Amino acid sequence: MSNTELAVMTRGLTRDFGSLRAVDDVDLEIPRARIYGFLGPNGSGKSTTIRMLCGLLTPSKGEVEVLGLKIPAEAEALRQKVGYMTQKFSLYDDLTVRENLDFMADIYALPRASKKGRLDETCDRYRLASLLKQRTGTLSGGQKQRLALAAAMLHEPELLFLDEPTSAVDPENRRAFWESLFDLVDLGTTILVSTHYMDEAERCHALAILDRGRLVAEGTPEQLADDIPAQVVLLQTGQPRRAGKILHDAHWVISVAQIGNLLRVLVKQDLADADVAVADRVSKAGLGVVDSRVGRASLEDVFVAATQPERAQRQETAA
Amino acid sequence: MNSLRRIRAVAAKEIRQLRRDRLSFGMIVGLPIMQLLLFGYAINMDVRHLTAGVADLAETTASREYVQDLAHSQVIDIRYQVGSAQALEELLREGRISVGIFLPPDFERRLQQPDRAAGQLLIDGSDTVVQGAATRLAGTARTSPYNDRPPTLEIRTYFNPERRSPVNTVPGLIGIILTMTMTLFTAVAIVRERERGNLELLITTPIGVGELMIAKILPYIGIGLLQATLVLLLGDWLFRVPLLGSLLDAYVVILLFIIANLALGLMISTLASNQFQAMQMTFFILLPSILLSGFMFPFDGMPQAAQWIAEVLPMTHFMRLIRGVVLRGADLWELRGELAALGLFLVISLGVAVSRFRKTLD
Repeated sequence: MSNTELAVMTRGLTRDFGSLRAVDDVDLEIPRARIYGFLGPNGSGKSTTIRMLCGLLTPSKGEVEVLGLKIPAEAEALRQKVGYMTQKFSLYDDLTVRENLDFMADIYALPRASKKGRLDETCDRYRLASLLKQRTGTLSGGQKQRLALAAAMLHEPELLFLDEPTSAVDPENRRAFWESLFDLVDLGTTILVSTHYMDEAERCHALAILDRGRLVAEGTPEQLADDIPAQVVLLQTGQPRRAGKILHDAHWVISVAQIGNLLRVLVKQDLADADVAVADRVSKAGLGVVDSRVGRASLEDVFVAATQPERAQRQETAA
Repeated sequence: MNSLRRIRAVAAKEIRQLRRDRLSFGMIVGLPIMQLLLFGYAINMDVRHLTAGVADLAETTASREYVQDLAHSQVIDIRYQVGSAQALEELLREGRISVGIFLPPDFERRLQQPDRAAGQLLIDGSDTVVQGAATRLAGTARTSPYNDRPPTLEIRTYFNPERRSPVNTVPGLIGIILTMTMTLFTAVAIVRERERGNLELLITTPIGVGELMIAKILPYIGIGLLQATLVLLLGDWLFRVPLLGSLLDAYVVILLFIIANLALGLMISTLASNQFQAMQMTFFILLPSILLSGFMFPFDGMPQAAQWIAEVLPMTHFMRLIRGVVLRGADLWELRGELAALGLFLVISLGVAVSRFRKTLD
């Protein structure tokens, strides 16, 4: 099944921890030079999947091929070609920034002749030059993250794994961080990133939505929004809280979210004239409706629709 | 080539971290000094001013002079003059005296007899410190004209028939200190990296298991040799512990023991999931090492089951080796059985460590 056009390919990837199935029969085909995101709530199997792809965990079942190498059999050959930024900061707090970078350069055995140049260039790119002598433990969240990315990129890997990279970073630094990721993609690097932030997921070229270990949706953010198996109704009403409760009880409603004075109602796909149905139900309960119309799905809607299928099923059988 | 570079990078990092961790760094030097002083002086304290009682039933000029000679040695302070051996025993039991000197009525005649001691030294053996001093006392009391005779005083040790001296303690102390620091340091060095998440990053890099283990062990070999040297030097300087065997042999034994303990530490690190567990496991090894190895109590006096346990501990074999080299002047060929036992322990624990350490998080 060797295919060098793909950065990652899995078939039926499964991992059990005791009786818990953390990753369940996942098929992936991830092209090169793209940012590919794993979106999912905590415990959905994002980290476990990433760890299996870089050979840290052995799959219970299924086939994995990363950069044309069979994993876990050829995991050692993969090490020099991938970079991995762990969820938790994992460089040494009691070493300085320079010592940490030096250490990683030696571990990856960068050619001595080009080592200094590579370190200087890295420090420039990730704005670390002024921090070189500082103990790593005293860095801010954004600085630590820049250092971690710099260390993971030092040996110029073809494939970079980022496990929830921006959880301890403010929005401005997060923006700058994503800019640097796109720079890397331009140079041909493939990036796999796990996240539970919608705005971050929206920046990916393509996404996989994971829920309790299963791959529940996959595609570009636009595709996913277009193909959402649900309808979105935007309802404007004078009493959004009460209207929300009334709608929530309807079996054809998947979820209701209040956004300011507006209610964003996710309705099952097979319901005809969803906007009218929503308005009817609210006015029958004696609440005023200002406006009700069908809207375009956001990534969050996709996420909710994908990760709450069992709510839809439960309501169906009740009805 | 790359392998050497990686080993050097990890080893250098290890030393750098250790230097910045003031407490651990202090322990490297502080622990041997503190233990040596504690163990050394606790045992050496006895030499002077032991409370003593005398039962001089002979009451001749010779017997009085002899008691005076003993008193002049300053080892004992004579507080009681009593009339019978029973009275001495009573004082001993009550804890009023540590040493009782019994000179029988026929003291002078017995001095002439080559085959028996002239008097008795009654010693409170419940205090090992007293025993050591009294043994020396009996020796110094040997008067010159009767050199080839039995000692003037026959020693009768009460309550504890075993005799020890500080000279025996110091070489063993090297073993105790090394067991404690070497095992703990390596075990914690790896477990700490796992706890802090460093290991998750490290195992995704090209570094091999062997490289990582060697690099983790190397700095501590140096530290162990430093500690052993410190104890040997201080032991010589403070307690005049002789070195009868060759210094090279002593270092060969110490080096083997250090590596065996580092391997044990590595093995513990693959079993423990946090630093606290690693510490507990180390003390699980350390305590029997102190108690069963022959360091504290004589090996032959222990029950069979305790001896079996002791044979598994590297400390037991090290005790025999280092006492053999330092105190008896034995050479390594004569001690080859113990060396082999230590080597076997090393191979097994290193084997377990390497086979259990995987570059995965499974």
